[in-house]
Amino acid sequence: MLEDILRRSSPEWTKGSGPDSDVVISSRIRLARNLELFPFPHMMDEAAADEVLGHAGRVTAGLNESGGWGSFEMFRLNDMSALERQVLVEKHLISPQHSQDPRGKAVILGRDETVSIMVNEEDHLRIQCLFSGLQLQQAFVFAGGVDDVVESVLDYAFSAQHGYLTACPTNAGTGLRSSVMVHLPGLVGTNQAGKVLSAIGKLGVAVRGLYGEGTEAAGSMFQVSNQITLGQSEAEIVNNLIGISGQIINQERKARALLMSQAREQVEDRVWRAYGILRTARILSSDEALKLWSDVRMGAEMNLIRGLSRQVVNELLMITRPAFLQYVEGREMSPFERDCKRAALVRERLTS
Amino acid sequence: MLCEECGKRPATVHVQKIVNGRRSEKHICQECAAAGGEMSIFLQPFSVNSLLSAMLGSGAPELRAVSPGRAARCPGCGLGYDDFARTGKLGCGRCYEKFSKPLEGLLRRIHGSDRHVGKFPGKAGRGAAARRELEELKAELARAIQAEEYEKAASIRDRIREIEKAVNR
Repeated sequence: MLEDILRRSSPEWTKGSGPDSDVVISSRIRLARNLELFPFPHMMDEAAADEVLGHAGRVTAGLNESGGWGSFEMFRLNDMSALERQVLVEKHLISPQHSQDPRGKAVILGRDETVSIMVNEEDHLRIQCLFSGLQLQQAFVFAGGVDDVVESVLDYAFSAQHGYLTACPTNAGTGLRSSVMVHLPGLVGTNQAGKVLSAIGKLGVAVRGLYGEGTEAAGSMFQVSNQITLGQSEAEIVNNLIGISGQIINQERKARALLMSQAREQVEDRVWRAYGILRTARILSSDEALKLWSDVRMGAEMNLIRGLSRQVVNELLMITRPAFLQYVEGREMSPFERDCKRAALVRERLTS
Repeated sequence: MLCEECGKRPATVHVQKIVNGRRSEKHICQECAAAGGEMSIFLQPFSVNSLLSAMLGSGAPELRAVSPGRAARCPGCGLGYDDFARTGKLGCGRCYEKFSKPLEGLLRRIHGSDRHVGKFPGKAGRGAAARRELEELKAELARAIQAEEYEKAASIRDRIREIEKAVNR
């Protein structure tokens, strides 16, 4: 099962079938949970970590027995190569932090990559649900269902006053982080992204560029997530982010329409040049690929390029990532070899 | 002046080091400085936890005032208050009780609240959820009586009885 997942370039979130997929790539819900009677992971010795892994094994069995949530398997990170772990990071199934020191850590994966549960990351369990498009509500309901199954198997560290107890007080209470990954080439192209996103930042949500934290958002991709986890109910937190996402989607669509009415030739030129390079280049760095990808995706969504499916475009995001490239090739490659391989894979996808 | 390390780019970073009283000087370019980690002195590792630690430390006198003392330890995991104040991380569920005073101040600063109003786990939470609802209903009952809304008060009272029965069952 692990190999299937690692090789797959079309996880559920690439399908682009959810609502508002022209702007929202994916929606994610994450629940931070800890077990009662165990110190949090950063305070655990090896024996305690092993015991928690044992409980996580029971969680896996519980999820499989309860049915309706898909089929799950647990994998210890120690049993994986660094490259395999990095592919899981690129697929957003585990965090970069989780992959760094694999000792005593594991991940429970659902077959279709919708659900993943990190074991012994900052908290004992981090339940994650990833859906395509704007489906925060659906992801929230799904994550909540998984949470109920987990809770029927073990006892959570919980108090009436502080809610679900987490290693870092920034996650306490609901332990809920909801986020959307949005593609905003219109707002970036009309120089409005900064204005819109900093206004949003005043509403208790964080905005960051998806690749390269703190830097210019490569590929015009941003992640928007709630910051407050305590003192609000899960429904309030999720609805607040859905509302904010709606605003972003509206602004982005307006910006795209504005670009088309004011600068149609320039937009078309940029889109078709990008498409041309992606279809013909022989060497492609990941930075360049991401920039061109953004232009092509905008072109496809604005119906300039016809017949290019959203899923093919979304999958490019996956197949151009360095670890995934190397995994598919079956060996470690130098940056230059990767750039050649990347160009070949992209060409194949876009010309077949 | 060219960079002493790569010899290609202009030296724009001048590094003076004094280690055990011995002084050394280097003139290098920005790229080599970044690669050699020389810039790390200017870029302290920055994380949420260092921010939290700053709030617990000198940044927030009201949090320091309720500090249980540096030597205080959590009976559950042995985490010392000074560890918590340094890293901003709790060691286990019981730390939340042991360090509740400064923690609640910290939670209010982060979240604007120190009280959970979301999901309760079914098993452990059923009792707790009911207790919280009872508290709220009793406050509401008192308000209704004060406002002489007796019909409303009667229905609240019935609800309180129902819950008390459920909890005690």
